[in-house]
Amino acid sequence: MATNFTMQVFRGDAGGGDFKEYTVEGGEGMVVLDVVHRIQATHAPDLACRWNCKAGKCGSCSAEINGKPRLMCMTRMDIFEPGEVVTVAPMRTFPIIRDLVTDVSYNYEKAKQVPPLRLKPADPDGRYRMMQEDVERGQEFHKCIECFLCQNVCHVIRDHDWKKRFSGPRFFIKIAGLEMHPLDTRDRTEFVREHAGVGLCNITKCCTEVCPEHIHITDNGIIPMKERMADNLDPVVWLLRKLRGRKKAAP
Amino acid sequence: MATVDYETHEHDVLVIGAGGAGLRAAIEAAAQGVSVGLVCKSLLGKAHTVMAEGGIAAAMGNVWPEDNWQVHFRDTMRGGKMLNNWRMAQLHAQESPERVLELERYGALFDRTKDGLISQRDFGGHRYARLAHVGDRTGLEMIRTLQYHAIHQAIEVYMECKIERLLKDGDRVCGAFGYWRNTGKFVLFKAKAIVLATGGIGKAWKYTSNSWEYSGDGHSLALWAGAELIDMEFVQFHPTGMVWPPSVRGILVTEGVRGDGGTLKNTAGERFMFNYIPEFFKSETADSQEEADRWYQDKKNNRRTPDLLPRDEVARAINSEVKAGRGTVHGGVFLDICTRRDADYIRKRLPSMYHQFKELAGVDITKEPMEVGPTMHYVMGGVRVDADSTAATVPGLFAAGEVAGGLHGSNRLGGNSLGDLLVFGRRAGLHAALYCKNLGGRLTVDAGQVESIAKTLLEPFTRSGGENPYTIQADLQDTMHNLVGIIRVEAELKEALQKLEVLKQRAARVHVPGGRVYNPGWHVALDLASLLTVSQCCALAALERKESRGGHTREDHPYTDDTWGTVNLVSRRHEDRIELRREPLPQMPPELKALFQERK
Repeated sequence: MATNFTMQVFRGDAGGGDFKEYTVEGGEGMVVLDVVHRIQATHAPDLACRWNCKAGKCGSCSAEINGKPRLMCMTRMDIFEPGEVVTVAPMRTFPIIRDLVTDVSYNYEKAKQVPPLRLKPADPDGRYRMMQEDVERGQEFHKCIECFLCQNVCHVIRDHDWKKRFSGPRFFIKIAGLEMHPLDTRDRTEFVREHAGVGLCNITKCCTEVCPEHIHITDNGIIPMKERMADNLDPVVWLLRKLRGRKKAAP
Repeated sequence: MATVDYETHEHDVLVIGAGGAGLRAAIEAAAQGVSVGLVCKSLLGKAHTVMAEGGIAAAMGNVWPEDNWQVHFRDTMRGGKMLNNWRMAQLHAQESPERVLELERYGALFDRTKDGLISQRDFGGHRYARLAHVGDRTGLEMIRTLQYHAIHQAIEVYMECKIERLLKDGDRVCGAFGYWRNTGKFVLFKAKAIVLATGGIGKAWKYTSNSWEYSGDGHSLALWAGAELIDMEFVQFHPTGMVWPPSVRGILVTEGVRGDGGTLKNTAGERFMFNYIPEFFKSETADSQEEADRWYQDKKNNRRTPDLLPRDEVARAINSEVKAGRGTVHGGVFLDICTRRDADYIRKRLPSMYHQFKELAGVDITKEPMEVGPTMHYVMGGVRVDADSTAATVPGLFAAGEVAGGLHGSNRLGGNSLGDLLVFGRRAGLHAALYCKNLGGRLTVDAGQVESIAKTLLEPFTRSGGENPYTIQADLQDTMHNLVGIIRVEAELKEALQKLEVLKQRAARVHVPGGRVYNPGWHVALDLASLLTVSQCCALAALERKESRGGHTREDHPYTDDTWGTVNLVSRRHEDRIELRREPLPQMPPELKALFQERK
C-alpha cells in the first residue's frame, strides 16, 4: 500500500535558506524527482528544480541527496529505509540561484575553451573510415550527459577557488575524447597543461564514483592524459604517438 | 501604470529552440554571415533531441548497396499513408546522407561497419537497414556534436529563456518577447527572421515520452502570429513505452529493440503482430513466424517481421491486445529480446535500455521480457511551411523539425525525425539568412504591444483565489488522454472540446504564489496557454477527419477513405477562434509517382 514520503528540501537563494520538510503520498517505483514534482503540485508550486527527460539521459536534475551527488530522476525512493527522511540539497559547488537550481555557467565557459576537432583529410573517395574498436574508446566519453556531478564533487573546484585555471573532470574527458578521436589532428598539449590544469588533479577518483553513466573518468581519461603530458615534454614521442595513432585508425 | 522593464537584444536571425533543428539552423545561418541568436528554454544540450535513441534514417547504402533515396522516399510516403508533402519527403531522403556525413565531420562517432563505414540498423517501415546510430543513444551524440560545433561559431546563445509571443510589424515578423527563467525578468529580441525549432506538444497528454519542454510553444507562437498549422489531428503514439512502475509510465523504449531482434508477445506467449498485418503492407511483411525468424538472418529471401510495421500499426495492435484481455496486469504487452539475443549483444547494442530497465523497473532485459505499451511520442502536424525554404505563411517566420508539419504525413517512421532536424534545420537557417539579406526597409517593434504582453504574463501573480496551475495541467492531460487518445470517436472528441473550453476559463483564473525568480509554478501557468491551443487544434482536426489513417484512428470511421487521402487539414486563427480548411495535397510529379507503381 502507498506509504507517505517525507523529504527535507532546501529552500532559499544566494541570501541564505533552510531545509523545509514536506510529506507527500508515495507510490511504487517513485524516484526522488517524482516526490519533488508531487511537492510542487500539492504544497509548493514555486519550488525551483531543473529537469527534462526523467530518464537519466539529459543530466538536468543533479542534486545532493542525503549528502550524495546523484540524479534525482534515477534515485529510487525504495533504496531508503521505510520512513527515512530524505534530504535534497542543490549542488554545493555552484552558486545557488534558487532552491535546487544552481548557476552552472562555469561549465559552459570551460566548454568553449576546449580546442575543437581539427579534421584530417578524407579518404580519396571523400569518406572517412574508422574501425569500431577505435571509435569505442572515444564513445565512452561521448556518453557524458553533462550533469556536472563530477565537477560538483571535484575538490579542486569544490574546495579551492581554482576555477580559472582548471577545466575539471567533465572537460578532461571531453579533451580525452578529442585526443582519442581517430580523425583529430590537433595538438592540445599546451592547452591541457596551461589552461585545463590537469596537473591539479590528484586522482582521488571522486568524479568517477559519482558518474551516473559509469564513465571511467580517471582511469581511461585523466590518467592517460597525465601520462601523455609527461611524454609530450618530448616532441619526438608526441609525433610518434600521433603517427602510430593514425596508422591504427586507417588500415 | 509604470512602463515594464525589459532588456533588448537584436539579431538578424533568431532561432527559438536548441535541439537538433535549432542548432543546425543556427550553424547554417551563422555560416551565411548574419547575426544569429539562439534561444533555449533549458540549458544548452538538454533539449529533447538528447532523448532520441534509435538513429538517423539516411540511405547511405553502407549495409545494403541496393538502398537509395528513391527507396527511402517511397518508405516515408507509404509510412505516412501518402499524406506527406512529397517535396519534403524527397528533399529529406535526398539530403539526409550528406547531413549524417557532415555530423561525422563535426566529430560524431557513429557505430561502424566491418569496412569502417557508418553502420546502419533496421527500423520499422524502412525497407533496408538504414539508421546511422550510436548504440541506443544517437540523439545524445547528435545534440552534443552540434552543441560543441555551435559554440565555436558566431552564435549568441540565450539559455533558460522562454519566448511567449512573436511580434510583428504589419505582416512581417519583427521580434519575440519572453522571460528569463532564472530571474523572471523580461527580454525582447528584435529580429528580421525567426526560426521556430521548438519541438512538439506531448505534454498535453498524460502518458508521454516527451519532457516538460514539449508544451506546443512553437505551434502556438506561429498560430497566434497568424501562421497556418497543418495535419494537427495526426499524433504518434509510440508502441513501446514503459508501463511499470507507474512513475516511469510513458518513458520511451527504443524501436531499436525490435530492429535488433526483439518481438512482441501477449500474455499467452503469442506473437500477436501476425494477426495485425494490414492489406497495405501484406506484400512486404512475413506472414509466418518461420519466415519472420529467417528474415533476421536472410533479408534477401524473406519478408520482414510484422514487429517492425510502422508505429501506428504496432501501437493499435498493442492497444487491441490489451483491450481484448491479453495484456499484462499493468496494461501492457511483452517485448522480448532475451530469447533471441545473448546478454553481451543486448548490453552492447542497447546499453541505455539495459540501464533504464535495471534502474527504474528492476528488470534485467537480458534475462526477462520488458513490459511495454503505447505512449504519446510525436506530433506529425505542425507549422505549414514551404518545402524548400521552410518558410511559414507569415513573412520572416520559418519552422523546422517537429514543430513543422508535412514531411511525415499521417505517421512518421522511426529514424526520420533526426534526419528531419538536420535536413530542414539547415534549410531553415539558410533561408532565414537569405531572407534577412534581401529584406529592405526597417522593422519597428511596437512598444505598446510589448507592454501589454508583459502585463498579461504577470497576471497569475496578481490574481487571488485562482487555481493551482499543476491541477489544471493534470486535468488537461487526463482530458486529452481519455478523449483524444489513440482511438477516437465523435462523441468523445466533442466532449473534449467542451472540456477544453472549461479548462481555458480555469486557466484564465490561474494563480501562482512566490516571486518571479525561477518559479516553476509561474512557468507552468504560462505554458497552459500554448498547451490548450494545440490541444484544441488537435481535437478540432480529429473531429473533422472522418476516416482512420496513420496517427488518427476513428472508431466510428474505421477505414481509410480515398477522398480524405487527397486533402490536408489546415488550422488558422481567426479572431479568437480556430478555423479549419481542407487543402488539396500538392501533386507529385510523374517520375516520383512511378515509384509507387513498381511492384517490389
